[in-house]
Amino acid sequence: MPSGNQSEDILAEVLDEHSILTLRELCRACNLSAEQVLAMVEQGVIDAREEGTGLRFSGICVRRVRRVYRLERDLGVNHAGAALALELLDEIEQLRARVRRLERR
Amino acid sequence: MEYRDYYQILGVERTASQDEIKKSYRKLARKFHPDVSKEDDAEDRFKEVNEAYEVLKDPEKRAAYDQLGKNWNSGEDFNPPPDWDQGFEFRGGGYTEADPEAFSDFFESLFGRGGFRQSGFQGGGFSRGGQAFHAQGENTHARIAIDIEDSYRGSKRQITLKHSELGADGRPVVKERMLNVTIPKGVTEGQQMRLAGQGQPGIGNGKAGDLYLEIVFNPHSRFSVEGKTVYMELPVAPWEAALGAKVPVTTPDGALNLTVPPNSKSGSKLRLKGKGLPAKEPGDLFVVLDIVTPPAHSEEECEAYRQFRDHFQFDPRRSDSRGGA
Repeated sequence: MPSGNQSEDILAEVLDEHSILTLRELCRACNLSAEQVLAMVEQGVIDAREEGTGLRFSGICVRRVRRVYRLERDLGVNHAGAALALELLDEIEQLRARVRRLERR
Repeated sequence: MEYRDYYQILGVERTASQDEIKKSYRKLARKFHPDVSKEDDAEDRFKEVNEAYEVLKDPEKRAAYDQLGKNWNSGEDFNPPPDWDQGFEFRGGGYTEADPEAFSDFFESLFGRGGFRQSGFQGGGFSRGGQAFHAQGENTHARIAIDIEDSYRGSKRQITLKHSELGADGRPVVKERMLNVTIPKGVTEGQQMRLAGQGQPGIGNGKAGDLYLEIVFNPHSRFSVEGKTVYMELPVAPWEAALGAKVPVTTPDGALNLTVPPNSKSGSKLRLKGKGLPAKEPGDLFVVLDIVTPPAHSEEECEAYRQFRDHFQFDPRRSDSRGGA
């Protein structure tokens, strides 16, 4: 791997709702074990699709899994608590965006 | 190096019980958690709180910290006395499972000596089983803030990455390197960009990990985004709204002329299909009309308002007269 102060050009690959990840890829992306990710599937934190040889996930799962994991690790809540927090946070984010729009009038 | 007052950071007395410390830590962790808090300095505060708790939650480290004395002020220049940790169990390596890169020089100088990171082998979950000396490097995660216009056009960003390598003396040293990242068109908040091979270096023959960048948008004074849908305000004069008009608009995608239909109301949304964030199915741009009334200063202006009044049977406080505009 190059080091020093020279900069290099990198093309980024975007993981969005159209990207499809295998369980293994999702685990790698999130630095978590299969057990940890499957437990989140069971709690309905993320949706998985069954396809042929195994589970498939959308690219936006990476952010959800990472956030749930951080909430659990840092705040001492369980899967269900973290999932609830995430849903409420998503809702707050939407409301905040709406409030910002309305306040600008 | 600056002294850090861990009691002050956690908002507890020096005499606080372990229970009180834990309670206060939990509260502050919830308040400043970067996934929860919207405060600008949340991430720094969260790290600070964690560092303080890392020391104060452990009676042994707390006792060692306490014996530095209480006459230090936060931010005061500080160097640990030699052999200050003599007789303590953590001597030379006081990290638990916390991420040592998040901690200050002050912590590092007190508890960090020779403390090797334990977490390097954790990631993946598939690397177990007979290949103990070759492991893929850990993936790293970071956030990158871009402007909404960057997503319309695509852009290039130079980012600086810090990573630690083992130096000649066996201690980790922090190295920096710069990357020119091409940000593709159409990225939106919450998406990840994967930069293959740009995470932590591998161990042995292991491949380097990947770097994941989470996209966030810088707040914009005129545009806001929900998913791929973009909203913007368009100020219009009352006569433009009432009579209809063609008005110039600067969208994130460029300038265009927009037709405001007659009898438009304040808050009406005009949809520009496909002018939201670009994608296979691009989002829509909603232009929200904001009718701005001119103040009346001169006699002519006042007279114009009087005529206005006399020509309308309009009472905005009667529900059936609303919408007349």
